[in-house]
Amino acid sequence: MLRDQDRIFTNLYGTQDWGLAGARRRGDWDGTKAILAKGPDAIVDEIKASGLRGRGGAGFPTGLKWSFMPKQSDGKPTYLVVNADEGEPGTCKDREMMRHDPHKLVEGCLIAGFAMRASAAYIYIRGEFHLEANHLEAAVAEAYDAGLLGPNACGSGYAFDVFVHRGAGAYICGEETALIESLEGKKGQPRLKPPFPAGVGVWGRPTTVNNVESIAVAPTIMRRGAGWFAGLGRENNTGTKVFCISGHVERPCNVEEEMSIPLRELIEKHAGGVRGGWNNLLAIIPGGSSVPMIPKSVCDDVLMDFDSLRDVKSGLGTAAVIVMDKSTDLVRAIARLAKFYTHESCGQCTPCREGTGWMWRVMERLVRGEADVAEIDMLLEVSYQIEGHTICALGDAAAWPIQGLMRHFRPEVEARIMARKNKQPAAA
Amino acid sequence: MPTLTIDGQEITVEANTTVLQACEELGIEIPRFCYHDRLSIAGNCRMCLVEMEKSPKPIASCAMPVGEGMVIHTKSPVAEKARKGAMEFLLINHPLDCPICDQGGECDLQDQAVAYGRGGSRFDEHKRAVKDKYLGPLIATTMTRCIHCTRCIRFATEIAGVEELGATYRGEETEIGTYIEAALTSELSGNLVDVCPVGALTNQAYAFSARPWELRKTESIDVHDAVGSNIRIDCRGAEVMRILPRLHEDINEEWLSDRSRYAVDGLALQRLDQPYVRVDGKLKPASWDAAFAAIQARLNAMGEAKGERIAAIAGDMADVESMFALKELFTALGSRNLDCRQDGAKIGGKHRGGYLFNSTIAGIEDADALLLVGCNPRWEATLVNARIRKRWLAGGFPIAVIGGVASATVDLTYKYDYLGAGPATLAEVADGSHHFAGVLAAAERPMIVLGSGALARDDGAALLDLARRIAQDNGMLGGDWNGFNVLHRAASRVGGLDLGFLPGDGGRDVAGILDGAGKGEIDLVWLLGADEIDMTALGQAFVVYQGHHGDSGAHRADVILPGAAYTEKDATWVNTEGRAQIGRRAVFPPGDAREDWTILRAFSAVVEQPLPYDNLQQLRRHMAGEVPSLGAIDVVAAGDMGAFGMAGSVSAEPIVSPVGDYYLANAVCRASAVMAECSQLYTSAGGAGRAGGATGTDG
Repeated sequence: MLRDQDRIFTNLYGTQDWGLAGARRRGDWDGTKAILAKGPDAIVDEIKASGLRGRGGAGFPTGLKWSFMPKQSDGKPTYLVVNADEGEPGTCKDREMMRHDPHKLVEGCLIAGFAMRASAAYIYIRGEFHLEANHLEAAVAEAYDAGLLGPNACGSGYAFDVFVHRGAGAYICGEETALIESLEGKKGQPRLKPPFPAGVGVWGRPTTVNNVESIAVAPTIMRRGAGWFAGLGRENNTGTKVFCISGHVERPCNVEEEMSIPLRELIEKHAGGVRGGWNNLLAIIPGGSSVPMIPKSVCDDVLMDFDSLRDVKSGLGTAAVIVMDKSTDLVRAIARLAKFYTHESCGQCTPCREGTGWMWRVMERLVRGEADVAEIDMLLEVSYQIEGHTICALGDAAAWPIQGLMRHFRPEVEARIMARKNKQPAAA
Repeated sequence: MPTLTIDGQEITVEANTTVLQACEELGIEIPRFCYHDRLSIAGNCRMCLVEMEKSPKPIASCAMPVGEGMVIHTKSPVAEKARKGAMEFLLINHPLDCPICDQGGECDLQDQAVAYGRGGSRFDEHKRAVKDKYLGPLIATTMTRCIHCTRCIRFATEIAGVEELGATYRGEETEIGTYIEAALTSELSGNLVDVCPVGALTNQAYAFSARPWELRKTESIDVHDAVGSNIRIDCRGAEVMRILPRLHEDINEEWLSDRSRYAVDGLALQRLDQPYVRVDGKLKPASWDAAFAAIQARLNAMGEAKGERIAAIAGDMADVESMFALKELFTALGSRNLDCRQDGAKIGGKHRGGYLFNSTIAGIEDADALLLVGCNPRWEATLVNARIRKRWLAGGFPIAVIGGVASATVDLTYKYDYLGAGPATLAEVADGSHHFAGVLAAAERPMIVLGSGALARDDGAALLDLARRIAQDNGMLGGDWNGFNVLHRAASRVGGLDLGFLPGDGGRDVAGILDGAGKGEIDLVWLLGADEIDMTALGQAFVVYQGHHGDSGAHRADVILPGAAYTEKDATWVNTEGRAQIGRRAVFPPGDAREDWTILRAFSAVVEQPLPYDNLQQLRRHMAGEVPSLGAIDVVAAGDMGAFGMAGSVSAEPIVSPVGDYYLANAVCRASAVMAECSQLYTSAGGAGRAGGATGTDG
């Protein structure tokens, strides 16, 4: 269990002042100038050494990502974009960080932006996050007033701006290139890659898009050292992580924990355990709605990190743990997610536009058992026809929950179909 | 020059090509819907997915740039599965209405479904239905068939330059449309039908009238403007069903303007299908012999000096063979009163460079500055305008306009600097006092384009002289670059000027002919398809109208000789670049109508001045002997520049474009119901489609 002194988000629950004064008391903006004085490459190296992996879901090494930005300026601006369009069902970590600890993010923007030689940061915040955007805007204003941002940020001589941009609440705008399109004022639809944002991003300029948490932890890593961060968790899965535990637990919560904590320990220590006891557990979606679910037998001893969850054919994703006890109609739950992905598909590319709706409709029939057993295989085949064939990962995200359901609970789905068949009178 | 391996074959290609293009170079077919050579890459249909080694997922070959050492498999199980999947997804919500779909038989989706799809559907749910959209009178929509490839959006935005189409809503509810229903305001909108790979956008005028396999296809040349677009005429029986563009990279690429495509119905309406002679003030049907006899009688009545008393005017769609024959006939009759410049343009002469679009249409892409004088290229030569836009989009291409458009707010589909309306501004540029003169001077390959609006005025020769001076002073005439251009509107014009279908020494031009006719000095006027002159000015003159449509010339005529429209004759036209091209007969002229040169040949025998050729080959040989450039087909020879234009004073009158109505510019268009509807919608005072007033829901 994470010791209190190792917590990064010490105001995650909003018990203290979220403003600049409170942030300073928690150690934010402390010695930022000295951190910047180390130089961009030293910061990138430190982040690389810390083993920080992107907290938005994909888990790409953050320091490595920063190092893709051009080292030599061509005189035109480059950008850091912070993805605060937190829309993954089950996930609510970034919202709490921005509501209660916005300065962590603002300071992170400066350090990360400096490290990648960006001229400005855009924080693209989900439109529904009204209060959070207000806090963030206030925090940015405070930072400017205190000289922490602006033409001479923190007295370092480095000019850096931070802008807060409110989105309009489309899930797809959390995809980095759709976010860039939206930021440019266009319809939020993912771009083709290559070129990647590090080459051609916002307004055609090199851009790095990072999750809120990845940026917000950077200042603390710089202050406490890569060794400290790397010392938490397992190798290749280091540091702390904010988990969002929801569903059938006694006390749903956000909690910062050490990476690689056993799933069961996480739930029992922080969320009061599964409703009705561990044995009442049916399945868990461990990383936000787009990763495949894992049944109780796997949950018993799996560790919450990128690699161990990948080994059980799921993923850490955004670390949003959705707990489902034995009262859950899993087919209905997954059908609801399928509807979500149908609704949120941007409609740009064929497999996702057409396939998500198809899968959802089949899922709805499976909920009622109105299907043939053979349709389960067809549904899976359709999901494989979507997976990996789309422009962005939304197609994968729509396919995985269904694949997860069928991988672990196919007998239940078949039983439902057979039950309905048996109930019906034989054809006259 | 990266080298990659595709299906086991090594190929080295240019660095910026895509995998799809590399495959094409090897002759490997990659199915695609959204990819189009001339549009930006969307990569959304996912039909072109191929397997790339070391990539966990199949890649969109249309969007992936080639890289050194890439190994591509286009027929591997991964690629085939991806393709089959995309095909199935495209079909699940596509209606199975091929039997009633106009795209049937020439549908990319149909063809590729057969080639790459699965045998049957596994989709058991309800299919999506989408409300049809109104895009104007030219395009029929069945949006349920749309596969969201966005080619139409990209065409409208990039090529046509009208940002009026887009995708609204999201996911499977995505719809292509204008959002607020309104007709598209582009003269290139018909091309949307061509780029649409399915039957979502089809040709409204051709709706439900034929199947592609019933059509006889004839490759020909368009004559609705002086661009000389290459077309394909599709006919069934004796009827022209539709006209499509044909690829010519140096002229129209693969586009066609709406007038050229949609005036087809005008070819069947208002046709002159037999000779007429005016008897007691009324036109009465007559035989060819009677018609010729009536003209001969009139000629005989003039006695010996008849050459002075007769005149011929060639219209805007006349072909060079018939103009050549008419010129020879009139010369034999002793007349020097010939003119092919209905609008009275002050142009022509022995220096060919003085009346050609010397930079060539494709050459626009090499230019780096442009001055448009007295023309609205969007209406006068839509595809030249598209080329200007293409160059402008590439950047570094300042464009300035003097006259031709009413004000700086007229949308030419590119940004331009409106310098002024009158010749005075042109004079300022010529003497270097205007700021744009500096732009031209600094440019390496500047262009000046003089429209017919600037030439068809009393001071036309002086304006031509000013333009020539600008060209000369700014290095437009040096070395390998010729930036002096005249943009003609009439398909017949350059051919007529090449032939010298112009007043001989002491002969009368159009104004002189009309003047003489009014005063009774001209007794007979032969109109070769000339409809755009003031018929009331012809006075008491005996008018022979040789043409194909019952337009203003035929109404005034005393004798009508029914000729062939451009789809009905083998004939040559010369475009504004000076490029001679041969159009071919797709159908026979209706009724008793004949190809125009044969009418003149027959009449020459009646008046005992037989022309020395009995077939088209002989005529062409004869003609090429006199004017060699007319024998060199699809060649643009550099025009000699010499002296042209005439220094003189210019008036203060603004220079206006002569195109009053793009959709009603010639007799074929004026006979077309489709063009009348477009005119009503887009250009007449009542229909304010262009100003954004009328919408499809206005009833």
